[in-house]
Amino acid sequence: MSGHAIRADTCLARPLLIGLAMLLAGLVLGLPLAIVLAEAFAHGIGAYLAALTDPDTLDAVVLTLIVALCSVGTTTVFGVAAAWCIARFHFRGRAVLLTLIDLPFSVSPVVAGLVQVLLFGRRGWLGPFLVTHDIRIVFALPGIVLATIFVTLPFVARELIPLMEAQGSAEEEAALSLGASGWQTFMRVTLPNIRGALLTGVLLANARAMGEFGAVSVVSGHIRGATNTMPLHVEILFNDYQIEAAFAVASVLALLALVTLGAKIALEDRWPQPQTIGKTAQ
Amino acid sequence: MAQAIGLSGRPSRLIPGFPFSLWITTGGLGALVLLPLAAMVAMGLAKGPVAFAAALADRRVLAAFRVTIGAALAAATISAIGGLLLAWVLTRYRFPGRRIIDAAVDLPFALPTAVAGIALTALYAPNGWVGGILAQFGITIAFTPLGIVVALVFVGLPFVIRAVQPVLEDLPADEEEAAHLLGATRAQIFLRVILPAIGPALITGFTMAFARGLGEYGSVIFIAGNKPMVSEILPLLIVIQLDQFNYTGAAAIGTLMLLASFVLLLAINRLQAWIGQPGIGHR
Repeated sequence: MSGHAIRADTCLARPLLIGLAMLLAGLVLGLPLAIVLAEAFAHGIGAYLAALTDPDTLDAVVLTLIVALCSVGTTTVFGVAAAWCIARFHFRGRAVLLTLIDLPFSVSPVVAGLVQVLLFGRRGWLGPFLVTHDIRIVFALPGIVLATIFVTLPFVARELIPLMEAQGSAEEEAALSLGASGWQTFMRVTLPNIRGALLTGVLLANARAMGEFGAVSVVSGHIRGATNTMPLHVEILFNDYQIEAAFAVASVLALLALVTLGAKIALEDRWPQPQTIGKTAQ
Repeated sequence: MAQAIGLSGRPSRLIPGFPFSLWITTGGLGALVLLPLAAMVAMGLAKGPVAFAAALADRRVLAAFRVTIGAALAAATISAIGGLLLAWVLTRYRFPGRRIIDAAVDLPFALPTAVAGIALTALYAPNGWVGGILAQFGITIAFTPLGIVVALVFVGLPFVIRAVQPVLEDLPADEEEAAHLLGATRAQIFLRVILPAIGPALITGFTMAFARGLGEYGSVIFIAGNKPMVSEILPLLIVIQLDQFNYTGAAAIGTLMLLASFVLLLAINRLQAWIGQPGIGHR
């Protein structure tokens, strides 16, 4: 009798739970994407294309690409160096360094922008020096780049460190003991082993750099055609009641997010992460 | 000082590049992250602890504190329940569309926050797809504190799912089977066998969602309405103080938020060490 009761219970629970989960996924994940497309094309494809080819929009696209290039380059160099010293060496302060690398992930993006203003703003720490030498950082491209670098810095390191720790250094030691130079070992042994994780990190850093809003919003000054990245342009258009145009630009950013997710899944299929990743050493 | 990790964990002196890579790492981190943060803390405390406390004790700041913490807690709780449901269904059942939902779980990590913000605002506005239905029942979400919770659930949900999912997948079936054979009901099995096993992962996901919610800005400000004392969040108050050139006030709020995120970061690291998983959902 009790077995019968359990089966009846299971029969009911399964479709109920699946239905609830699908409802929740549709509500939280599906609807926001759907409305971006619906609003972007609300006035037809002509209005959509007009919004995207507006000169201010194109300026925002160019600026976004420049910012992404600078910050992805920085996080890549930083990430490889950080993974090399943390995954290949034991040294005093290693656990502290590992925690500090994660810090930008947990700090509010607005704080990431705020610190640039406090450091480089007119009344900031370096303000007087910058004013006398006529160097503009805040409300200009360098500030936007610095704020974006702040929020994207850990992306590549976080992908590489667990992977390189799991792989160990046996192959590199073999190459070195056979007479390869350090650079040759890195290029021919390390790099091929980590390329999947490296690409994933670059991809995620790029998505974040192109989509960053809070940090950039604080340092940009919102000057149209000059310091306006795509997410900031979305905000300006939306607050201007140019709803379709705002969603048109937003749809490009949403597409970027979807491409990033798709590419990440493809990369993980191509170069699977080891299942027994050692705990990120404390 | 430094020892390379060699075969079977023994130190090896073969691996080169330690000073070089350490210099880039500490130099980059120091110049790009730690120095700017130090400038903020120094500026927040520059006029003494009394001015620091006074900047935080402002009525509007205190109200923003309550709103931010309350919304982040509520959203993390909803994310924990909804995330557990989704993680459970994604690992335990096979059904059409499972792979698509599994892939879509990461969407809030990848979607720019401003895009999420305007999309949620359009959905939950009184004339929106969801807001229109809720308006018939007299429920208003957009431009109230409830809107903040909705936005934070969107950004927080994946943290819980991605924290719980791997633990559920690795859960051995024999304990559940034993409990079942001994006559436990489904509810008893869930509460006594499964929940204790995934508890740490669930708490980790909750903490991550909460930490993210405290600092979230882009997805919130469009839907929040930003009414002083009612629906202003702390990060918005930083922006407002900066607009008024009140650098000390902005730095004081920023310093407090930095402290909170540092404490939560350490807590999350501890929790991850507890369940033995690296960097889940760390985006």
